[in-house]
Amino acid sequence: MYPPKFEYYRAASVSEALALLAQHRGAKVLAGGHSLIPAMNIRLANPGVLIDIGKIDELKGISTRNGSVRIGALTTHATIAASSVVPQALSEAAGMIGDPQVRNRGTIGGNISNADPGSDLPTVLTALEAKIHITGSAGGRTLAASDFFIDLLMTALQEGEIVTAVEVIAPGAGHGSSYVKLAHPASRYAMVGAAAVVTLVGGTCTAAGVAVGGLTPCAKKAPSVEAALIGKALNADMLAAAAEVVLDDLGDDILEDIHAGVEYRKSMAKVFVDRALSAAVQRAQTHQM
Amino acid sequence: MGYVGKSVKRVEDPRFIQGHGKYVANIKLPGMAYAAIKRSPYAHAEIISINTEKAENLEGVVAIFTGRDLMEGTKLSGPCGALPCGFVPPNTKVPTRHPLAVDEVNHVGDGVAVVVAESAYIAYDALDLIEVDYKPLPAVVDAKAAAQEGAPLVHAEIANNTSFLWTLGDKEATKKAFAEADHVIELELINQRLIPNAIEPRAAVAQWDKFAGEMTLWTTSQNPHIIRLLLSGFTLGIPENKLRVVSPDVGGGFGSKIFHYPEEVIIPWLARALDRPVKWVASRSESFMTDSHGRDHITNCKLAVKSDGTFTGLWVSTWANMGAYLSTFAPLIPTALYITLFSGLYKIPAIWGETRGVITNTVPVDAYRGAGRPEASYQLERLVDLAARELGMDVVEIRRKNLIPENEFPYQTPVAMIYDSGNYQKLFDTLEELAGYQEMRKEQAKARQEGRLVGIGVSGCIEASAPGPSPVVTSLGSAIGLYESGIVRVHPTGQLSVFTGSHAHGQGHETTFAQVVADELGLPMEAIQIVHGDTDRIPFGTGTYGSRSAAIGASALVRSAEKIREKVTRIAAHQLEANFEDMVYDQDNGTIYVKGSPDKSKSFAEIAFTSYYAANLPPGIEPGLEATTYYDPSNFTFPNSAQIVQVEIDKHTGAVRIERFVAVDDVGKTINPMIVNGQIVGGIVQGVGQALWEHGVYDENGQLLSGSLMNYALPRADQFPMMETGRIETPSPHNPLGVKGAGEMGTIAATVTVANAVMDALAPLGIRHIDMPLTAEKIWQAIQSSQNGGAN
Repeated sequence: MYPPKFEYYRAASVSEALALLAQHRGAKVLAGGHSLIPAMNIRLANPGVLIDIGKIDELKGISTRNGSVRIGALTTHATIAASSVVPQALSEAAGMIGDPQVRNRGTIGGNISNADPGSDLPTVLTALEAKIHITGSAGGRTLAASDFFIDLLMTALQEGEIVTAVEVIAPGAGHGSSYVKLAHPASRYAMVGAAAVVTLVGGTCTAAGVAVGGLTPCAKKAPSVEAALIGKALNADMLAAAAEVVLDDLGDDILEDIHAGVEYRKSMAKVFVDRALSAAVQRAQTHQM
Repeated sequence: MGYVGKSVKRVEDPRFIQGHGKYVANIKLPGMAYAAIKRSPYAHAEIISINTEKAENLEGVVAIFTGRDLMEGTKLSGPCGALPCGFVPPNTKVPTRHPLAVDEVNHVGDGVAVVVAESAYIAYDALDLIEVDYKPLPAVVDAKAAAQEGAPLVHAEIANNTSFLWTLGDKEATKKAFAEADHVIELELINQRLIPNAIEPRAAVAQWDKFAGEMTLWTTSQNPHIIRLLLSGFTLGIPENKLRVVSPDVGGGFGSKIFHYPEEVIIPWLARALDRPVKWVASRSESFMTDSHGRDHITNCKLAVKSDGTFTGLWVSTWANMGAYLSTFAPLIPTALYITLFSGLYKIPAIWGETRGVITNTVPVDAYRGAGRPEASYQLERLVDLAARELGMDVVEIRRKNLIPENEFPYQTPVAMIYDSGNYQKLFDTLEELAGYQEMRKEQAKARQEGRLVGIGVSGCIEASAPGPSPVVTSLGSAIGLYESGIVRVHPTGQLSVFTGSHAHGQGHETTFAQVVADELGLPMEAIQIVHGDTDRIPFGTGTYGSRSAAIGASALVRSAEKIREKVTRIAAHQLEANFEDMVYDQDNGTIYVKGSPDKSKSFAEIAFTSYYAANLPPGIEPGLEATTYYDPSNFTFPNSAQIVQVEIDKHTGAVRIERFVAVDDVGKTINPMIVNGQIVGGIVQGVGQALWEHGVYDENGQLLSGSLMNYALPRADQFPMMETGRIETPSPHNPLGVKGAGEMGTIAATVTVANAVMDALAPLGIRHIDMPLTAEKIWQAIQSSQNGGAN
């Protein structure tokens, strides 16, 4: 529990954070610290400089405007889990992260910037087609979640950039979403995570977003599953059939460990996509009434 | 005063709950330096060279020593001896274990050098600068494979890596039983390796007084006197009268803190070599790769059964993985704490057991909660379930048929033990009633019709705890007798300091032992202070493990309290001018009076003072009021337990959910039912951990794949229903409290109960056995292959 030596700076504003980042190449940004600090303590991470953005108030909180929900990068998992304005899949997933201590410290921006393959939020944000707002010394940009998550622990963030907010669609009539996971028995990260969001109009699925994570190096959108849903009046058999085709969307790189091998995880992807879809559709039906 | 039998709140809790426990890691001494240990990344390798130059040049590094430095000693600090094994059955081959490896490392985590620095941060920085050149050697990790002819040798001098072969029973009679059996139920199983994970990592702080030649070691130990003895006699060579070992508040042990560990030698050796206090605290990663592990058996077993369900014979061959060295009590576990329990709760006329203790390139394996007895329970209770299935009998019925009847106690088993007491039929009666067993079966039948995988698991298990007497345990191989010390010291003002050789690291002795002494003397608990864990304050004691503290430690205090009572009564008789025989010591309120005249009484405090004032003592009575006892029990005690568990398996994922957990225990008399219940429930949770999740996994090169809490799965509260516990009491006939020990029974029984429940759930699919841990993936695979037509 003794990290190597590092320099520590606390930024009071986003602009100060960017200036510090420009000044210290290779610095790591510290938010809630619940992935970075343990990694430093076991000397897996060895950043020479930490820039703490944890006190920047402008990056905190959830607001709604024009049918979208904006979640500041420093909003904690606990806040998101307790929110009634974010899509249910997102609050559900945030509530499944770690334990109360982790949820009280960990932030959405830190979580997605770290992009752990077992993390829950990237899967939900990918299904929701969330926008990731980024800023850097060269200015701001916005990426779709599916373009943001690139590979194992790898995002589209460039040197000197930070995530400022995540934007998702505000759930409206006929909208239902869900996140379910097969939790790792030791870490409780997702061995398989599945998120589904559907919109039903008159019983017909007009829009669907499905993503899986945990078993792939980063969250994966499941277009084959989505295609099997859109335009259809959904029933249980149809959802199960749609979930089956998730295998077409997983790619070749499937993770495994001593608790769950490749074949098991692939099969569980089908089971959990089915469960996520079923819950999402049920919620959408409730919201139609 | 009537404390015994009541759920008195734990006097320890206010300090623990508020974060004011005093642990070794809390100790800070002036001038203290910090140690960190460079550990082997290889399971088996020759050390070609160790280059410490860069690390030594790091600012703040005080010194670096290698295994050879410790073995040879320095001018200020003499040579370190090898760590001894404290339980050596005849013909056991004991590999040499240096505190830091010399020339060869034998498991991942074996220490090769130690850094001392001005801060822990610098010490860890320096570790990264030490360059060790290794020549990797072939490694063995699987006990059965390692014992085969031609397997790579861990220690060149130990042929077939086999340290010992230990057998017990009547081989010919058992062969005959199998030849004549109607049914032979066979099972090959693995009882997987577990990693203990006490919440407090091990730690050591040492302080050397060079003028007095006195060493103080604070260490996280379950038995500080044993550690002092081994340090003095074998490893450090400081005389016992100049060596103080203190084990303050300790955050759990589960057996893993019984043993004499290398760091307990290294840290005081450094304090002497550097003439300054030195501290070491294990990281959690170090705990995983250096705390002794548990279990790890490969077993072939079979049960001979008549067609009416009567058991006639049991045969068990086990390969016990001992790890790279023999830890302090390691050979005891798969032998005298294992084969002696093969009879379980049953009459089995012929038993044969044989254990090979095999050395491998893994962390040493030693006692872990239950220690040998969970392994014995697991194999027998799995065989019994399989027998019931083959014979088409109910699992409770077949057990009841074979239980030792109440009127046959004391019962001599074919494997050395004499069970002193018990009522196993009543145990099962109580269990069936508490659980509503018949109703559970009906609901299960309904669930099965709905296609649900609901399972009911049953077990009945025995434990031999509180080992003794000393002549027996030493004849088995123990290097020390297993009595316990207890002093009751009454101060002149009537308050008591009570010193016990037992050690509490979660058990609540400060409460329960005070309850016992208070009742013996008729005093309020508040008048009694329990002192433990310091070799300078307490007489030689043998510590806490094997569920022995109440049965032996508290019994020593009862005997000392009896001596106090007698002396107090003699002094009171003298002062009241009465005969000793006519006196009454009222244990309700601590007053002493002449029979028939309670109004003319002396109080305990009055007598306490007069015993020190010493102006008017009876002839031949010495001043002072203090009694010492070394209590040696006349036999083991035999707690027993029966459990019923209901599980449901998600057939899509293979995940197991525990729906109900019902446990009925006979731990003899209970001193504090709340604490006993906590022990039972906590023990159950630990046992279920083995059944469903926990697994110390090595790859074929000896790399520990489950080396952190990110991949070693411990049980958590949200995985359990509210436990339903019940108790029957058959007092142990041979100790004054009638207690049997409660620390391990839950663990011993729970593992196999859950395994049986899972197998019962899977029975309709034709699945017979899956090795633990019963992970969702393994169950899912078994379901898949059964659906593909092949039975597992």
